[in-house]
Amino acid sequence: METLSILVVDDEPGIRSGISRILSPHTVSYPFMEDDFNFTVLEASTGEEAISIIDSRVPDIILLDNKLPGIQGVEVLEYIRDRQYDSMVAMITSYASLEIAVKATGDGAFDFIPKPFTPQELKASIDNISKQLYLRRITRKLKKEGKRIRYQFLSVLSHELKAPLNVVEGYLKMMQNREAGDDLTEYDNMIDRSLNRITMMRGLIMDLLDFTKIRLERKQEKIRKININKLAKMAISTIQPYAIQKNVSITLEGEKDAAMQADPEDMEIILNNLLSNAVKYNKDPGQVILRLTTDHDKLIIEVEDTGIGMDAEEREQLFREFVRIKNEKTKNITGSGLGLSIVRKVMELYRGKIQVESEPDKGSRFILSFPFEAVPGIKDVEKN
Amino acid sequence: MPQSKKTIFIADDDPDFLFQLRFMITKQSYEVITADSQKEAETILEKLKPDLAIFDLMMENEDSGFILSYKLKKKYPEVPVIIITAVSAETGFSFGLGGEEDKKWIRADMYLEKGIPNEQLMLDIKKLLKE
Repeated sequence: METLSILVVDDEPGIRSGISRILSPHTVSYPFMEDDFNFTVLEASTGEEAISIIDSRVPDIILLDNKLPGIQGVEVLEYIRDRQYDSMVAMITSYASLEIAVKATGDGAFDFIPKPFTPQELKASIDNISKQLYLRRITRKLKKEGKRIRYQFLSVLSHELKAPLNVVEGYLKMMQNREAGDDLTEYDNMIDRSLNRITMMRGLIMDLLDFTKIRLERKQEKIRKININKLAKMAISTIQPYAIQKNVSITLEGEKDAAMQADPEDMEIILNNLLSNAVKYNKDPGQVILRLTTDHDKLIIEVEDTGIGMDAEEREQLFREFVRIKNEKTKNITGSGLGLSIVRKVMELYRGKIQVESEPDKGSRFILSFPFEAVPGIKDVEKN
Repeated sequence: MPQSKKTIFIADDDPDFLFQLRFMITKQSYEVITADSQKEAETILEKLKPDLAIFDLMMENEDSGFILSYKLKKKYPEVPVIIITAVSAETGFSFGLGGEEDKKWIRADMYLEKGIPNEQLMLDIKKLLKE
């Protein structure tokens, strides 16, 4: 339940208390709204009083009589409009002053409620205003977020893709101009660094492909019953060469026949990303445990490491695109900053939940749970 | 050639870019001091007054370069600042210099895109140092 505040501005005490009586127990409910609305009613007997209330806390809805003892309703309306306060204003007015009311709607009032009105008419108006208010806020919110996310994604992507190109180009130019003299060994480091950046860029491009793939529709025919244990073994053997270099051992625990309905590619993406992070941000020597369990309604994948861990602040940023935790310990670790965003995206498709426990210098644990019911109606096409 | 070398301070979180800039600028007989994060740059700038500073725009914050520029200019308005970045207009990113409000606090002397030829960068540095 969300409470909307309504300010009633009218010099007749009877009108104010009447409105308050009608609206205080009233609730508004529409199927598209997450929450029902109820109301708290504030009262002002003059325009001046109304303005001081509005200045201290902008009400969601204002019911405004035009004929007031001091400044008039339309002047209050002007005041609200000039300050771009986010209130829905409805003029309360007698039929005699309909002209003013019509003009007021042109000046930013959303509606007018002709006096005298029945409780039913008042409620109907309030329902309509609440709906508009809800829609207006949702639209505004989506617009703002959509714009910001897209803008940020593109600018960071451009940055991440161009940085390695610029660097490699820079090294090549230095070699072309023999900037370090004629001794070829002087250039070995530049060649190594260039190759390194190209490898990283390839990783970023692969991650980016995964990322865009997930944004597309899921193909139903690809979803089938898969043996997660089998996939997990494959994922471990993929990461094994890297783990050996880093002196990290990986063990698989849990149920041998853990299974769920999924697109195997999705599960590979999740396992590869989590395992590669667990190895990458580990210590020397280190351990990774991949644990698979099921209960009656879900599959749980846990990836636990003995690595560098994170503090609460770092944990919060973890799933944002291109965010890489930057500190002394991660300084020499490279990555695209997309891995966990990808994991999160896939999890959303499966209506799964992801939970992170972590402690600096102790390690991290990622717990993913997939509800079985999330992919309903898919036949048992294949049994592994 | 001046008696004592002029000091150029560079902050960039890309180690390769930092290496290349340092290499090229040192060759031109400047003293180069570097930082690989906004945080490190801020620490160094507490004690150092460079003759010119080059800041990467995006380091640990999206606007690290702007922040460094603002702080340095507040202390030493006369030190020229170049902001350099790989982000450019094709993404609709225009250095945030849209409004007068932004111009007031972002007071870098020059904005350059990464990938510009070294010769141009060196010319711009000399120009800003009035050499």
